[in-house]
Amino acid sequence: MGISLSNISKSYKKVKAVQDISFDVNPGELFGLIGPDGAGKTTIFRILTTLLIPDDGTASVAGFDVVKDYKAIRNSVGYMPGRFSLYQDLTVEENLTFFATIFGTTIEENYDLIEDIYVQIEPFKDRRAGKLSGGMKQKLALCCALIHKPKVLFLDEPTTGVDPVSRKEFWEMLKRLQKKGITILVSTPYMDEAALCDRIALIQDGEILEIDTPEAIVNKFPKTIYNVGADNMYKLIQTLKGYKHLYSVFPFGEFVHYTDKRDSFETAELKSYLENAGLIDISIDATQPNIEDAFMELAK
Amino acid sequence: MKKENVIVAEELTKAFGDFKAVNAISFEVKKGEIFGFLGANGAGKTTAMKMLIGISKPSSGKAKVAGFDVYTQTESIKKNIGYMSQKFALYDDLTVKENITFFGGIYGLSRAKIKEKREQLISELGLEGISNKLVGSLPLGWKQKLSFSVSLIHEPKIVFLDEPTGGVDPITRRQFWEMIYKAADQGTTIFVTTHYMDEAEYCDRVSIMVEGKIEALDTPKKLKEQFKVASMNDVFLKLARNIEL
Repeated sequence: MGISLSNISKSYKKVKAVQDISFDVNPGELFGLIGPDGAGKTTIFRILTTLLIPDDGTASVAGFDVVKDYKAIRNSVGYMPGRFSLYQDLTVEENLTFFATIFGTTIEENYDLIEDIYVQIEPFKDRRAGKLSGGMKQKLALCCALIHKPKVLFLDEPTTGVDPVSRKEFWEMLKRLQKKGITILVSTPYMDEAALCDRIALIQDGEILEIDTPEAIVNKFPKTIYNVGADNMYKLIQTLKGYKHLYSVFPFGEFVHYTDKRDSFETAELKSYLENAGLIDISIDATQPNIEDAFMELAK
Repeated sequence: MKKENVIVAEELTKAFGDFKAVNAISFEVKKGEIFGFLGANGAGKTTAMKMLIGISKPSSGKAKVAGFDVYTQTESIKKNIGYMSQKFALYDDLTVKENITFFGGIYGLSRAKIKEKREQLISELGLEGISNKLVGSLPLGWKQKLSFSVSLIHEPKIVFLDEPTGGVDPITRRQFWEMIYKAADQGTTIFVTTHYMDEAEYCDRVSIMVEGKIEALDTPKKLKEQFKVASMNDVFLKLARNIEL
């Protein structure tokens, strides 16, 4: 009774937005769609919320078919689109009342579900939605998506453009909603948010690269990664690219992530290679892969 | 060799009525440095940047950018800096070639220079096959790389990047950072404003603004040590809202 997609495809004219996508989200699961802009995340959301009919394949949400039972789905899901879609010239309270009325309910009836989010914006309940800060708009949009007590919640890039503090608060809210039994599908381009989901699908160019728990995806990474640092980042990358045993090198903050073609190798050999190229302050240390490493390896 | 400062701000302030959006910030940025300018939404980053690029007059304090004064020499500042943002980059309904020509013209390059730059840029980015295509039809990652190159077309001393890599895939993003490292290695100063903390990890030094003031300024490594955390994201959380982790 969660979400199920089976061989879903959708094209816009010549562009294949999603191709033959299948995955299931278990009831009560917090599932993440992780991928860059243009990967097909929004198309999947629009199909599952019955706003777009797939070209091929079938999908169900909370037990209802996305084509045949679209009316039932609309009553049982909450959807927070990527673009702020509330009425800018209605106040906070008016927006919430409006969405409650549309769904034949009242703010009071389901207040327990939104209470801990709504109290944060309640001091501004008479302010027009268009005048709210980004973080507050996001909280209001979430309240509006929840006011009819949906079984399944769809959140399309809820944290894009939001600062780290608001992002952290937002994920804490999602965890609390999950505890109340709501199934959540959330998309994000931020790879670091993947770790906060129960399971994730990595998606690029309309195709799924991998589906698993974040830990399992990282554990499947086939190579040992080394953090390599030196005094000059540009020169370090260029020099590593010329190393005959190089498998991959990617900048990663203050270091680069280096992998070697060989199964085992002596870091001393690499170090002397780099020293001979005139680099100084060289450090080479094994490190753990993360979701971005896994994504890049899978996307190769 | 001690590198020269290309940005110097002293007690730079911008007030709107009683509200000090930027409250007496002081910092220096060196030639060839990648400097991260961080802060939460509303912390004053954009206001501060507007003063530095010469489109907003400070209320008080001093600042020099590329050697020019932010009060009296704003036109010279504009000629000596580049700017790139996610939101505004290139014209979608002009081709790759037309965009390069247009921006070259805007910065007053000679025709011969524009031609030279256009060929160099197209070849460096490997865009030979699609130089007559509309920019709107290019994938996001290519657009961003082209946009960055165009921001360097007049060989500015400093380039300002506003959240340059949000939303792009991890591989393109790293190709982008390699371009930034290259520009910095050649002596261009890179000033990155962002609230994506993973972008901050790539900077030589970062400053973090909280409520109009610079509350921290150091290398990512030293900031992480100072706050005893593993990532810039956690540094930010501790500093911006005093959140205990």
